[in-house]
Amino acid sequence: MSTGRVWKYGDDINTDVIFPGRYTYTLMTPEEMAKHAMEDLDPEFAKAVQPGDVIVAGKNFGCGSSREQAAACLRAAGVKAVVAKSFARIYFRNAINLGLAVLQCGEAADVLKTGDPVEIDFAAGTIQSGGRTLRFFPLPESVIGIVQAGGLIESTKKKLGL
Amino acid sequence: MAQTFSEKVLSRKAGRPVRAGEVVTVSPDYCLSHDNSAAIIGEFKKIGVPRVKAPEKIVIILDHIVPAADEKYAQNHKTIREFVREQGLPHFYDIQNGVCHQVLPESGFALPGLVIMGSDSHTTTYGAFGAFAAGIGRTEAASIWATDEIWLRVPETLRVEFSGRFPKDVTAKDAILKLIGDQGADRANYEAVEFAGPAAGEFGLSSRMTLANMAAEMGAKNGYFEPDALTVAWLKARTLREFEVVVSDPGAAYEAVLPFDLSTLEPQVACPHTVDNVKPVGEVAGTPVQQVLIGTCTNGRVEDLAIAARILKGRKVHPGTRTLVLPASRAVFLEALRNGSIETLSEAGCVILNPGCGPCLGAHQGLLAAGEAVLSTSNRNFRGRMGSRDSAIYLASPATAAASALEGKITDPRTRS
Repeated sequence: MSTGRVWKYGDDINTDVIFPGRYTYTLMTPEEMAKHAMEDLDPEFAKAVQPGDVIVAGKNFGCGSSREQAAACLRAAGVKAVVAKSFARIYFRNAINLGLAVLQCGEAADVLKTGDPVEIDFAAGTIQSGGRTLRFFPLPESVIGIVQAGGLIESTKKKLGL
Repeated sequence: MAQTFSEKVLSRKAGRPVRAGEVVTVSPDYCLSHDNSAAIIGEFKKIGVPRVKAPEKIVIILDHIVPAADEKYAQNHKTIREFVREQGLPHFYDIQNGVCHQVLPESGFALPGLVIMGSDSHTTTYGAFGAFAAGIGRTEAASIWATDEIWLRVPETLRVEFSGRFPKDVTAKDAILKLIGDQGADRANYEAVEFAGPAAGEFGLSSRMTLANMAAEMGAKNGYFEPDALTVAWLKARTLREFEVVVSDPGAAYEAVLPFDLSTLEPQVACPHTVDNVKPVGEVAGTPVQQVLIGTCTNGRVEDLAIAARILKGRKVHPGTRTLVLPASRAVFLEALRNGSIETLSEAGCVILNPGCGPCLGAHQGLLAAGEAVLSTSNRNFRGRMGSRDSAIYLASPATAAASALEGKITDPRTRS
């Protein structure tokens, strides 16, 4: 169970605005990455985001570059989950591999707005907000093992017996 | 059972017949990375295995910020060179070679039927040669280095059937921009895009690379052109490795088939700040541009530079428009030098950059100030990608770019050549 507030964005939020290319080839700590999260879309985000907050967006969230910082910076900023109508495929993989919850939910973007309190029940597959209950698709079974291990590095270590 | 190209390749790799939607674990044939290898090395070390599992499958090409623009980039490159030596990686290409998506095929790795994973979203480019090629993240690349394996969902396939012939000064870039504009930036999310139809032969290898490269901008996992005699001859000149052409079966199941008539196509421009915000050039003609970029992995090949040179020959670019030329590779640069394109472009007042990614991803070599606009032949126009978040990026073909460089504003190439 997780409680936080919504940051609402539109369709086709690309990785350049989530984490700008000018920082992409600089090795940064997660805390440094968090300071640049959403910089070119919403300069207020990094200043005001609180641990447990949730990003709600439309279709094709994370389109564009394969840069993993676009998932890592949100996790480092304390974002509990991204709830979107759909995700770009590389972003979807990266988020899972880095332990950022990516939840596909058609309704959330239509009914939630910035500042709404939300409660996510990962086990039940539900999002509660203002008396409404929204449902999200559970992750494909094949990737649950990666998430359960705590990301791809951990699941690879497990596979290799390290 | 009739299979698409992607189903067939992944079935062979998985050792069992698979259909779209299934998840398979496969051993890829090659794993590409570039300057981000420094970050991959960091992830690889976290896994804790001392040696990479299959050094002969790892291809590293430094291209993103070459030569190093500052000390941080220099350190990244140094870390990568040291790792390459330590691990004995045979396929390392240092800063002098060009963009990975041009250098990898030129070096004979992009072969039909192979599974190529690349830690770069435009890895889809190798579908131009009939390979199954998809972009992945850094952590996944580290995991491939350690295990020689990756999980993949077998994609559904969207088939685009081209008919007709290109009108004058209309090219592959206009076709893919129009397709993305009509269909949207997520139309092919998770899917393979198969470029086919009676006019698929209209596209030379350079054009096929442009289309497969930009399939990524429709969200595609991979792009695909059926290899023909042209493909096979080009590849045989670059590798001794045996390969087998893999094609979709007649009767394979497609998610959708889209007809696309080339004969009515006009030059297209993708306007700020998304690749699917596409308009015919006439609707944005006259927009002033302070910079033009001709090149990159999308349109930096010999044919592209020749188109620009034909339009700029004996003329000068507009004094208010900085015009940058970015050949995709050293091999391209040399050929364009020998055929006179580079000389023509330099005489016209263009700045010739060294082969690499240049300003495309916004790290160096010609960024934009607030309020400026660029017309670029690259593949992305996201806000702030090439400099200030208050700058504007328009995407178009080399012909439109060259005509616009002459006029200092977005210009229909059909009015200039």
